[in-house]
Amino acid sequence: MEQKRKEAASVYKQQQIAPGIYDMWINTTLARQAKPGQFISVYTQDQSALLPRPISICETDTANDRLRIVYRVAGKGTLEFSRYEAGCRVDILGTLGNGFPLEKAAGKRVFLMGGGIGIPPMLALAKEMKSVSAVSVDVIAGYRDRALFLSEDLAKYAPVHVATEDGSVGTKGNVMNVIEAEGLEADVIFACGPMPMLRAIRQYAAQKNIEAYISLEERMACGVGACLGCVVRTRDVDHHSHVNNARICTDGPVYEAQEVEI
Amino acid sequence: MLNTTITIAGVSFKNPVMTASGTFGSGMEYAEFVDLNSLGAVVTKGVANVPWEGNPTPRVQETYGGMLNAIGLQNPGIDVFIERDIPFLKQYDTRIIVNVCGRSVSDYVEVVEKLSDQPVDMLEINVSCPNVKHGGIAFGQDPKCLADITREIKAKAKQPIIMKLSPNVTDITEMAKAAEAAGSDAISLINTITGMKIDIHRRTFALANKTGGLSGPAIKPVAVRMVYQAANAVKIPVIGMGGIATAEDAIEFMLAGATGVAVGAMNFVNPYTTAEVAKGIEDYMRQYGIENLSDIIGTVV
Repeated sequence: MEQKRKEAASVYKQQQIAPGIYDMWINTTLARQAKPGQFISVYTQDQSALLPRPISICETDTANDRLRIVYRVAGKGTLEFSRYEAGCRVDILGTLGNGFPLEKAAGKRVFLMGGGIGIPPMLALAKEMKSVSAVSVDVIAGYRDRALFLSEDLAKYAPVHVATEDGSVGTKGNVMNVIEAEGLEADVIFACGPMPMLRAIRQYAAQKNIEAYISLEERMACGVGACLGCVVRTRDVDHHSHVNNARICTDGPVYEAQEVEI
Repeated sequence: MLNTTITIAGVSFKNPVMTASGTFGSGMEYAEFVDLNSLGAVVTKGVANVPWEGNPTPRVQETYGGMLNAIGLQNPGIDVFIERDIPFLKQYDTRIIVNVCGRSVSDYVEVVEKLSDQPVDMLEINVSCPNVKHGGIAFGQDPKCLADITREIKAKAKQPIIMKLSPNVTDITEMAKAAEAAGSDAISLINTITGMKIDIHRRTFALANKTGGLSGPAIKPVAVRMVYQAANAVKIPVIGMGGIATAEDAIEFMLAGATGVAVGAMNFVNPYTTAEVAKGIEDYMRQYGIENLSDIIGTVV
């Protein structure tokens, strides 16, 4: 049974895979319950930085009880994490959030769209696509430049179509430019990335009349649905809050794009 | 045999450990981590007469040793609360304290009246949220306003009331005395301290609301000082809170004069904090041979 817990786990290994991007494998039995699109909260040892950092689960190795996160150093918390070596203690809370609705891919042509540090959860998704009988899967990944982290991992499971902001590799521009340039089509989209990208996908999905499941990000405190810090405006009145606000940490982070006002 | 029982306004609590309003929902989310039966009381998130949407995001930001929040008292309204949250809490052997918020006296009174026949033990009246415009804060920063609303609520309330005081005042003793004189059965403090954070890279306010309430270990010395001052100014019991992370912190508040203690922001840092504080208090009692926990209340003078 899936149960949330906070534990002192340990780092199995960690390496930098692109400038400012770190790849950490964590020894934890939480790997067994992790679903693509879920996240863990990672706590600093520095007690001046109290709140956990929510980081998406990149993939799991359930045979060895290991969970992989790939994150960007964005402040003092992630800077601390980036210095952890194999064997170091890492405090985590998980597994959190709803995850992507994999069953929506059954019998469909699927886009897995990741932008920047939204790319990591696409790997866990790509690994599961065969088991849910997707008809076809295209990974569309938007990077800043030629540091194409995780693209080789992703390519093991599906063709990877790349966009770079500086045009150094693939289509110049963003993930939407790739779809247009390569004439790609899908029946359902799973996506994670910066808000402008998610807004563009929401609009694209509405025009094409297809479903898009997008993973949102917001400043969080508790990570378990109590503090009401990380809410998103919703089209309908939320079942829990009874207002047009849903908790991203608990009801999300994945929403059907038209259900949220972003 | 350790006796951790404390009594506030005739209500006895198995131990002094409570949850600070707004940091624990109505207990549902934390029941996965903490046995709610091990707590003296669950103090719920503030509830108003109708659903409130709260503020835009970002609503929370980390600060050094603490955090700022500007949730804006989002809540589902009293009707949903009575139907869903109270029955949930009644499954546990813990006291239920409902935090009540409003924009006007009549808002508060409506909630208090709807709770009159409900199985709740006490009402905590939030007149000190810094994040709601036209909200309770006006009632909590002026002693006359505080006295007026205390009197109106006390006249309608069937359960004992706790006025929750704001630290954003010049003289906390004046506020504590005003609440006591107007009939409040107890007081709780401190609510959060108004603060601000600026994002220097984006050159914007870090919170959408511009200002927010500071909580967490960073504010503990301020809270201990105010609890001490308030406890020595009034005869009614004080529930102390502000940055409590450990049993040692809780003991500090009790020595300063708090009868009950509440864990707030630290629930977000360690979801097991409340239960650990309750257990740690017993360890402290054993260490110093204290039989009755209530004996230590306000003993540092």
